[in-house]
Amino acid sequence: MLRKIRILLAALLWAGITLLFLDFTGTLHRWLGWLAQIQLLPAILALNVGVVVALLLLTLLFGRVYCSIICPLGIFQDILGFFGRKSQKNRYSYSPAKKWLRLIVLIVFVVLLLSGLNAIASLIAPYSAYGRIVQNIFAPIYQWGNNLLAYLAERIDSYAFYETEVWLRGVPTFLIALITFVVIGLLAWRNGRTYCNTICPVGTVLGGLARYSLFKPVIDTEACKKCNLCARNCKSACIDVEHQAIDYSRCVACMDCIGICNKGAISYTHRRKAYAPRPGSEGIDRRKFLSLGALLTLTSVVKAQEKKVDGGLAVITDKKIPTRHTPIVPPGAQSLRNMASHCTGCQLCVSACPNGVLRPSDALSTLMQPHSSYERGYCRPECTKCSEVCPTGAIRLIDTAEKSATQIGHAVWIKENCIPLTVGDKCGNCARHCPTGAIAMVESVAGDRRAPKVPIINVEKCIGCGACENLCPARPFSAIYVEGHEQHRTI
Amino acid sequence: MDNKNINRREFLKRFGLGIAATSAAMAGCSDNTKPLSADTLTLAELPPGQMSYRTCPSTGDKVSLLGYGCMRWPEKKDENGNTIIDQEMVNRLVDVAMAYGVNYFDTSPAYCRGKSEEATGIALARHPRNSYFIATKLSNFAPSTWSREESLKMYHNSFKELQVEYIDYMLLHGVGMGKGIEELNSRYIDNGILDFLLEEREKGHIRNLGFSYHGDIKVFDYLLSKHDIYKWDFVQIQLNYVDWKHAKEVNRRNTDAEYLYTELEKRGIPAIIMEPLLGGRLSKVHDHIATKLRQREPANSVASWAFRFAGTPEGVLTVLSGMTYMEHLEDNLRTYSPLVPLSDDEKAFLEETAQALLRYPTIPCNDCKYCMPCPYGLDIPGILLHFNKCINEGKMPSSSQDSNYRKARRAFLIGYDRSVPRLRQADRCIGCDHCIPHCPQNIRIPREMQRINNFVELLKQGKEF
Repeated sequence: MLRKIRILLAALLWAGITLLFLDFTGTLHRWLGWLAQIQLLPAILALNVGVVVALLLLTLLFGRVYCSIICPLGIFQDILGFFGRKSQKNRYSYSPAKKWLRLIVLIVFVVLLLSGLNAIASLIAPYSAYGRIVQNIFAPIYQWGNNLLAYLAERIDSYAFYETEVWLRGVPTFLIALITFVVIGLLAWRNGRTYCNTICPVGTVLGGLARYSLFKPVIDTEACKKCNLCARNCKSACIDVEHQAIDYSRCVACMDCIGICNKGAISYTHRRKAYAPRPGSEGIDRRKFLSLGALLTLTSVVKAQEKKVDGGLAVITDKKIPTRHTPIVPPGAQSLRNMASHCTGCQLCVSACPNGVLRPSDALSTLMQPHSSYERGYCRPECTKCSEVCPTGAIRLIDTAEKSATQIGHAVWIKENCIPLTVGDKCGNCARHCPTGAIAMVESVAGDRRAPKVPIINVEKCIGCGACENLCPARPFSAIYVEGHEQHRTI
Repeated sequence: MDNKNINRREFLKRFGLGIAATSAAMAGCSDNTKPLSADTLTLAELPPGQMSYRTCPSTGDKVSLLGYGCMRWPEKKDENGNTIIDQEMVNRLVDVAMAYGVNYFDTSPAYCRGKSEEATGIALARHPRNSYFIATKLSNFAPSTWSREESLKMYHNSFKELQVEYIDYMLLHGVGMGKGIEELNSRYIDNGILDFLLEEREKGHIRNLGFSYHGDIKVFDYLLSKHDIYKWDFVQIQLNYVDWKHAKEVNRRNTDAEYLYTELEKRGIPAIIMEPLLGGRLSKVHDHIATKLRQREPANSVASWAFRFAGTPEGVLTVLSGMTYMEHLEDNLRTYSPLVPLSDDEKAFLEETAQALLRYPTIPCNDCKYCMPCPYGLDIPGILLHFNKCINEGKMPSSSQDSNYRKARRAFLIGYDRSVPRLRQADRCIGCDHCIPHCPQNIRIPREMQRINNFVELLKQGKEF
C-alpha cells in the first residue's frame, strides 16, 4: 500500500515536472511552476525558507521520501531501474556506504556554491541535471512530435497545434546533458540509486537527517530469516542482512523491501534501531568525475541547421552572434552576479523562452546559465516567461510594466554595416520597431537634407530588448547590436 | 485551458475522420488553395466541343473564350529542394485544355521566375502548330533591358523558348506601370523597339500586335490616340465585376474597366481580359458573399460568376485565367462550354456583390509576384494573401472586445507563421520602396507591410484596440 502511494505520487510529480520542461507554449507553468519551486537546491538558492523548512521536516518525519517522490532525477532513475530489474531479477546487493566520498563531494559542492561558482557545482545538482536532460534530449523529440501534429493540423485547417523551431542552444550544455544522461542512466539500470548515494549533495544532506527520522523501515530481527531477498531488491544497496540493519542515510523510503519480504519482517514504523554504517572503502567513481571535468574545456563549434529557402525568394543569410563585451541576462536577473550566484543551470527558462533568445552560456564561469542573444528573435515586450518559471531567484518575477522599464543593456550602432550607407536604400527599421522610442533617424551629414538617414540611439531610453538588432536588415552582422549591463537599472 | 483542450479533442476527432482526405491533399498540392466546390459536374460529364469562340477581326482567328494564362504553372521541389515547374502536370493541363477547345496560351519571359515560356513551349510543341495561338510579351521591365540590344535579345529568345517560327499575339508588357509615359518611351519608343515590332508584323513573324495595360491612364489614352499609326490588333486590360465601375475606389490611380472597354469598343479593337478573377480574390470571397452567389446558382461555382461577367461583352476576344490546378481548369471549361451570357438582372446582382465586396478591407493583391523577389527577403504576396484570407474567413478580430477575440487572434498568428516564415514577415520590411513601381495594382506595399505589422503587434502584445 505504502509502495503504491509512493509510486502514484512519484509518477504524478515526475510527469508534471517533465511536462513543465517540455511545454513551449507557456501555458503549463502557471499550473505546474510550483513543482520546480519545491526542489531543495533551488529553494535554498532562492532563500525560500518555507520550502526548505518544510522539506527538512518532511525528511525528519518520513526519511528520504523527497528522493523518491519529489526529485525528478531520482524518479527517473527508478524508472530505468524498474526496466533494469525486468531484464535481470534480484540484481542488486548490499554494499557498504562510501561515507568519505559523499562528505568530500558535499563539502566541495558547498564551497563552490559559497564562492559563487554555481556553474560548476550545478554539474552534479540533481534537479538541474534532470532539467538539462529533458531540455536537451527529450524536448527535441517532443517538439518534433508536436511539429508532426502541427503539419497534420495545417492540412485540415486546425489551429490546435503550431510548429516550433527545434535548435541546439549550446553544444557544451548538450554534451554535459548527454553524458549525465548516459552515466546516470547506466548506473541506474544496473545498480539503482548509485548516484544518489555517492555523489548527490542533496542526497547526502537529506541522508544525514534521515538517520534521525521518525518513521523508517525497520527489520524485525525475530521474523527475519536472512534470506537476502530484500537486499537483492534494494536499489539503494542499503540493507545489511547479515547484521539485520538498514543504512538510513541511503534508504530513500521506497517501501519496495516491505512488500517483497515474504516473512513480513520489514515494516515502516517509528521504532528506533541504531545502526552504525561501516567506514567507506575506496572504489571512488573517479571516472565519472574526470569525464565531466574534461567537458568543461569544450567550446561551441557547430551551429543549428536552418531550413532551406524557396527558389522564388531572396536568400536570407543567417545572422551571426556579435561579440558582446558584457553578456546580456534577461530582465528580472538584476545583475550578472545575481544570476551567477543563484542559477543552477536547470534550463527551465531556456525551454520556456518562446522567442529563441535564451540559451545556456558556454563560458566556464557561467556554464549552462542562461544568457540572451538576438539573432533568432528578441526579448518581446509582452513576455515575462523566464521570470515566471525560474525556481531559484536567479530571474526574479517581474511584470511587463517593470520589464519595459528595466534596462538590461544598450544598443550600439555599427556604421560600417548600416544599409542606408552601404547599399543606399532608406531604412529605419530599428527606429520603427524600438518599443521605447530610443532610436531616431537623422541625416548622416548634419544640415544636408538629402543625405541618407541613419539611427542615433538615446542610451538613457534604451532597454536592450534587441528588437533593433534582430530586425536590422544587415546580415550576417547587424548594424546595431546590444551590449549587456552588469547591473540592470530602472529607467 | 478548457478552450485548448476542446480544440485538441476536436482536432483529434477531425483528424481521425479526415485522415483519408488529408493524405490525398498532402499528395496533391503544395498550396493551401481549397479545391473548388465538390457538388459541380465533373469533366466526364462535360461533352467536348462546346467551347464558345470569338473571332479576331485582323486575322480572323477563331479564339476560344477561355484563354490559358501561363503565369501560375504548378510547381514542385527538385531533389535539391529548389522550386521548379512541374512539367508533367503542365503537359497534362495543356492536353486537357486543348481537348476541350482551349487554343489561346498567354505567357511572358518574366513569368514563373523566367521559366514559363520554356515550360509552355515544351507542352505546346507536342501539338500541331496550327492548333493553338501563342501570346507572349516583351517584358523589358528592368532598366538594364531597356537598350535596343537587350530588348531584341529578349524578343528573339522568346521564339527559341517557345519553339516557334512566328508568334500569334505579341504584347508590349504592362505599359503605364512605373513612371508612366516616361517609362513607355524608355522601353519601347526611344530605342525603336515599337517600330521594330511593327516591321516584324509586316514580315509575318508577329501576326497580331497589342499591349497590356496597367496603371497610368495617360499611357492608355496616348497609345489609343496613335491607333491610326500603330493599328493595334488587340489590347489586354484588367476587367472584372469589381473593376468595371469601382477600380477608382480600390485605388485612386486605377481606371474603371468600363472606360477601358468602351474606348476599345469605339475603335473596334478586341479586348483580351486579364485578372477576371483578381488572382482568386473573386473566388475566395467572404463567406457571406459566397453564400449569396451559391444560393442564386447552386450548381455553379463562385468563380464562374466572375468568368461569365468577363466573357459576356461581345468585344472580348478571350478571357485569361492562370489555372494552376486541374479543378480550376475543369470549372472554367464548364463555365465557357458554352458561355451563358449574363442577363441584365444578373449584371445588377453582380454590381451589388461588388459593392458588398468593397466593404471588406482586403488588400487588392492578385498574387502576380511582380514585386518578387524582395531584396530583403520578404514574401510580400504571402503576407498580403494571409491578411486577405483572414478577413474573408472572419479570422480577423476587429476589436479586442470581440467575443471570439482569443480564437481569432490564435488563428491569425499561427496562420501567419504557417503561411510566411518568420524571417519573411512584414516586420522585416525596411521601406526601401523598390517594390512600389513593380506592382500592377498600385499597392503601396511598404505602407501595407507596416500597417499589417502594427496589427500583428497589437495581437501579439494583447493590447486593446
